[in-house]
Amino acid sequence: MIREFGADEIDPLAIGAWILGTGGGGSPYLAQLNLKQLYADGKTCRLIDPLALGDEDYVAVVSKMGAPLVGQERLVDPAHLARAVQVMEEYLGKRFSAIMSVEIGGGNALSPFLAGALLDLPVVDADAMGRAYPEAQMTSFAIGDLKMYPLSLVDCRDNEVVVARTPSWKWMERISRNVCTEVGSTSATCKAPRTGKEVKEWGVLHTVTQATSLGRAVLKARASHSDPIAAVLEHANGKIVFKGKVSDMDRRTTGGFLRGTATIDGLDTDRGSKLELAFQNEWAVGLKDGEAIVMTPDLICVLDTVSGEAIGTETLRYGQRVTVIALPAPEILLTPKGLDHVGPRAFGYDLDFKSVFAA
Amino acid sequence: MKRIGIDVGGTNTDAVLIDKTTVLGAVKSPTTSDVMSGVVNSIQRIVKEQGDARLDIDAVMIGTTHFTNAVVERARLDRVAAIRIALPASASLKPMVDWPADLRACVDPLTFMIEGGHEYDGRPLVPLDKNAIREAAAQIRDAGVTAVGITALFSPLTAECELEAAEIVASIVPDARITLSHRLGRIGLLERENVTLLNASLQSLGKATVAAFRDALKSVGIVAPFYLTQNDGTVVLAEVAAANPVYSFASGPTNSMRGAAFLSGRDEGMVIDVGGTTSDVGCLVNGFPREANNIVEVGGVRTLFRMPDLLPMALGGGTIIDPQTGKIGPRSVGYRITEKALVFGGDTLTTTDIAVAAGLVEIGDRDRVKHLDKSLVKQHLAGIHAMIEDGVDRMKTSAGDMPIIVVGGGAFLVPDRLAGVSEVIHVEHAGVANALGAAMAQVSGEVDQVFSGMTREAALASAQEIATRRAVEAGADVETINLVDAEDIPIAYLPGNARRVRARVVGTIGSPGMKLVA
Repeated sequence: MIREFGADEIDPLAIGAWILGTGGGGSPYLAQLNLKQLYADGKTCRLIDPLALGDEDYVAVVSKMGAPLVGQERLVDPAHLARAVQVMEEYLGKRFSAIMSVEIGGGNALSPFLAGALLDLPVVDADAMGRAYPEAQMTSFAIGDLKMYPLSLVDCRDNEVVVARTPSWKWMERISRNVCTEVGSTSATCKAPRTGKEVKEWGVLHTVTQATSLGRAVLKARASHSDPIAAVLEHANGKIVFKGKVSDMDRRTTGGFLRGTATIDGLDTDRGSKLELAFQNEWAVGLKDGEAIVMTPDLICVLDTVSGEAIGTETLRYGQRVTVIALPAPEILLTPKGLDHVGPRAFGYDLDFKSVFAA
Repeated sequence: MKRIGIDVGGTNTDAVLIDKTTVLGAVKSPTTSDVMSGVVNSIQRIVKEQGDARLDIDAVMIGTTHFTNAVVERARLDRVAAIRIALPASASLKPMVDWPADLRACVDPLTFMIEGGHEYDGRPLVPLDKNAIREAAAQIRDAGVTAVGITALFSPLTAECELEAAEIVASIVPDARITLSHRLGRIGLLERENVTLLNASLQSLGKATVAAFRDALKSVGIVAPFYLTQNDGTVVLAEVAAANPVYSFASGPTNSMRGAAFLSGRDEGMVIDVGGTTSDVGCLVNGFPREANNIVEVGGVRTLFRMPDLLPMALGGGTIIDPQTGKIGPRSVGYRITEKALVFGGDTLTTTDIAVAAGLVEIGDRDRVKHLDKSLVKQHLAGIHAMIEDGVDRMKTSAGDMPIIVVGGGAFLVPDRLAGVSEVIHVEHAGVANALGAAMAQVSGEVDQVFSGMTREAALASAQEIATRRAVEAGADVETINLVDAEDIPIAYLPGNARRVRARVVGTIGSPGMKLVA
């Protein structure tokens, strides 16, 4: 099944993607502007159901890579994402029949749309995380032990790099990250190509639809002046974890990531309690009065209590009134192999994963 | 040291005269449609109050909403030339891409995208295309445009390209008024460029407004230097302010918070400014309003301004109470309070009527609210207090009780005891706190930059040094400079221990070497 992706779906997709970004992934704002402009210029996108892919079809996996701060100056450009895909086609000597995102959380949810609009490739209704994570080995494709190479990377100055082969996902992350830093810490990448069979087997399916309908629920709640957080919870089968006010925000960078802890003092039913929410680009683990009550891979989202707007780890600040919610993680992340890649221990927390949604 | 502080608001033009820290006089006059006659009127009244002795005024500080209004009304704006130096980066999103269409049409930009700019670490992205700058300048000159905004990639870190381009443009367009983005904004190309272009569009108005203020002061015999108040609670010399009108966008609420600090003698605490229709709750840190950290929209344009972090509430002296349901607001009778409120013989129950009935204040005719049921009055008062308590709680940053300073014409609505508040401070002259805030304003210097390859301590020290230099350039006495705000955020995915540091210093106005010629 393949259908037109409407211009009126851009805002809902961006809002939903920002919520699924679980604090990281970068704001979709600039990608959203780009996509609207492409539509205004007469370009359109098509959305294809992953189940409609042929087993032998080649699917491009695109993403913007780099430091979010640099991305605020060197703005994402659809032409470079498209070029990364072309470089990969030239290297492989094969044509892609569709394009997809590596992560539905944050700005990269829109990356395949930007390239797809220019290349006239349909966007697959799927990604490889069902949320946002910081590194290449944290994808469902890595969990599935799929091939991690080749990778193409381009910048705005005609630097075009192909990482032909690496022995592991971690090596791929390390080498591509270094190239990215060298070209100014922002670049467009096309990750290891996938076959239709691999996407169907190992992708996180229908996440574009999920993000778009989540965003639409939020917009609808706002328009009718009803509680947008309630709308998110109802729509995505989420749970409230904690309600309160940010009383401290401690940030530091180690190993290239923004890490730290947000401390939230309880309000309403949580009055008297304290939630310490640790993050590594994305929200990772929440300790209520010292006890771990929520952790990755469950999606931890921090929303403005009044507007329901998602708040990122880079922008959360003292005094904000927030509601911390959890959304269910994709099943692949909850398997023993999945937890090896993205469970609490993958982020250095010595905890056995316990889902908020466990009975 | 005698100073006059003036706040030109939507309804009233307030003026105060102070000598060091003593308030000698305060007046309120209606704001006039031409603004200047209201200003002249206020000054004349305050001068008259002081008797016939010729006043020796050392400085005049003016807060005005002129520039914000122009943007909101889409009026009195110049046609601008937008030069962006960032190619081949950021090519797909052109200048003003996210402006409302009517505002963009109003400034009808001539747009140039040129190769150049820098990386976050100071390396050039590509060499600056000087020929393209020359060609753009010639087109700007031929189109008769003089308002020019120049924005280069990462210019807050490396200003070189903007400075070079400005020099070329100035040599070709002799009467150009050029705004450089690195002087106004932070990291964030689109937001910084937006501010730059808004600023460029306000050049004629800035020049005309400052000239009009100068004439107004001259007509009442004042030749002292005068300053315009800024969003962050400081002032700059009017002729400098004329070049940067965007810095005056939020000066009104800032001035009232600074006035609250001055009137109460407190540097830390909450402030509530109760007006006729709304109240603003803010927080004083080191005597200055705590700044909002997020995107601020002005007239529909996204910016990253230094704006006070305020919580507006629909509660003022004119707020309407539904007698049936007891619901307070959000509607208000506004400036028509003197005809609508019960105490003035009107037929609408307002918060002021409740305050008069409860004996909190003497306004209008008390007999006209005699008939109100006592328990109902009590219930409405409790509702008002609950709203205030909620607002205060939302703006507090820690759980402990904090003092709150009350200013504004509706100050009587705030009771002496509030939950979560250690002390309610009512002050004299609460009604003209904004003009007092203007009169007391200091000069600031700010920096927001990425530092890498050094320790956190060294980065903070460099930031403070740069901010201090900027404050002195803006007219501060170097001996009085104080660090009021420093914040650093490490940056993800960048090497070399890179961190973004924001620092702000303030100082009192030194003897200005640039006295304005009257």
